[in-house]
Amino acid sequence: MPRLLADVKACQGYGNCITGAPDAYDIDDDGKVVLLTEEISDADRPRVEEAARSCPANALSIED
Amino acid sequence: MTDPRTVVVVGASVAGVRTAQSLRTEGFGGRIVLVGDEPDLPYDKPPLSKQFLTGCWSVERIALLTAEAAAAAEIELRLGVAAQRLDVADRQVVLIDGSTIDYDAAVLATGAAARPAPWSPTSGVHVLRSMADARALRDDLEVDRPVVIIGGGFIGAEVAATAHALGREVTVVDPLSAPIGRVVGREVGELFVDLHTRHGVTTKFGVGVESVEGEAGDLTVQLTDGSQLAAGTVVVGIGAVPNDGWLAGSGLLVDDGVVCDEHCRAVDAADVYAVGDVLRWFHPGHGEHVRVEHWTNAVESAAVVAHNIAHPEELRSHCPVEYVWSDQYDWKIQIVGRPVGATRHTLVGDLTSAHPRGAAVYADDSGDLRGAVAVNWPKALLVCRRAVGAGASFDDVVAQLDRLSAAGAAPA
Ligand SMILES: Cc1cc2nc3c(=O)[nH]c(=O)nc-3n(C[C@H](O)[C@H](O)[C@H](O)COP(=O)(O)OP(=O)(O)OC[C@H]3O[C@@H](n4cnc5c(N)ncnc54)[C@H](O)[C@@H]3O)c2cc1C
Ligand code: SF4
Repeated sequence: MPRLLADVKACQGYGNCITGAPDAYDIDDDGKVVLLTEEISDADRPRVEEAARSCPANALSIED
Repeated sequence: MTDPRTVVVVGASVAGVRTAQSLRTEGFGGRIVLVGDEPDLPYDKPPLSKQFLTGCWSVERIALLTAEAAAAAEIELRLGVAAQRLDVADRQVVLIDGSTIDYDAAVLATGAAARPAPWSPTSGVHVLRSMADARALRDDLEVDRPVVIIGGGFIGAEVAATAHALGREVTVVDPLSAPIGRVVGREVGELFVDLHTRHGVTTKFGVGVESVEGEAGDLTVQLTDGSQLAAGTVVVGIGAVPNDGWLAGSGLLVDDGVVCDEHCRAVDAADVYAVGDVLRWFHPGHGEHVRVEHWTNAVESAAVVAHNIAHPEELRSHCPVEYVWSDQYDWKIQIVGRPVGATRHTLVGDLTSAHPRGAAVYADDSGDLRGAVAVNWPKALLVCRRAVGAGASFDDVVAQLDRLSAAGAAPA
């Protein structure tokens, strides 16, 4: 199953990922991204990939 | 319906690149050609006034699409060649080198250009839109001479903060007394003025510029109040204009951007779409045509257009909540919605302490939430962003932020 990766150091807390995939991403009180799940289904992949791509800090990726 | 065979995307910055990538994510199996006039591989613009201008971030760090990623997604790159015109009847993009590309669907992603400076001394006056602009400006900022910034909007304020961080003496000039007040309202706009002064940057707001004369290293800026400023470098940040001139003879309706329907489809050509800064579309939530110069709008419109090309039987509307960020000095600013139309606002938190963190929430007369401005508080912005999207009430959101503030108010 596709795995979610986040580079917490790169994250700037813009929150775009959460707008796109609130079931996969959130931010903590310091404004850093938190992964709500480690793996996603193949069916969810296009939507979550779209959300990852909307990160202005390039902090998110998805690994097969 | 089958995929159109060839999609030509014109403009290879964030809106164009994300359209091409999203087409693949959406399962589009045809040919994708990405045309861009800049010779460099696609790069991202927001860092040009921030981390790239200070020199902290390299070209690699601001890349939007590497050659390998383009090849892997089967996106054909045609870089370093501008589109000269669009032939809607024959479905062709004509490039400046005389070659043509036939399309089944065209996506216009030519963005915007910096509004040119009305003054043109031989050298030393900069605008900031491209990587080439940022490199030229960075070279001049290395010279230890005062910097004058004309325009106190987002780009001007960011460049002021960056030039100040590089050790330059900086003055910002703008005919408005609180330039960012145009976006966040007058009162909160004043806080943005204080932000400059608190960091030792001089503001000349409410004053216009008469002329700029001289050359790089030795410029004189004449102001309308009769005073003069000496500068080594002048940066002009007075807005942007959409790159739609090349479409003049196309027959498309162009009016400060390419006029599109709610699906981001040109109103007079069903196989032509627009995305990003050049898009003027009918926003179903606002009930009017708008054009938005924000990064997130570029990405969101790209996703909508990619979907609509790949799945024409289930067209999506582009109905975003406006969102933009800006980094100025020790403020990470995030703005959601349309604060400027509001009639009242409440500030939660503190923006002027040594560790500023707070949010201003805006409402109209009916108590509906209009938008919010958050400083160094991403979590609050997220709450507001969701609330604006859901049409929540102002009082609700203020109460939520109060709770969040109390919960997060651990001693520093
Ligand atoms: C310095 C700077 C800082 C910014 N900071 C922020 C920020 O902090 N937050 C935020 O939300 N937004 C910010 N923005 C705005 C954001 O970058 C833009 O909204 C975004 O770049 C728009 O993307 P776009 O692809 O529509 O257009 P553009 O980025 O303008 O790209 C258009 C591309 O098309 C090319 N092109 C133009 N005409 C032709 C032609 N005829 N043929 C071929 N190619 C052509 C251009 O050369 C360019 O490469 C900033 C912008 C700048 C300039
Ligand atoms: S979009 Fe990127 S920067 Fe923003 S919160 Fe998500 S990971 Fe962080």
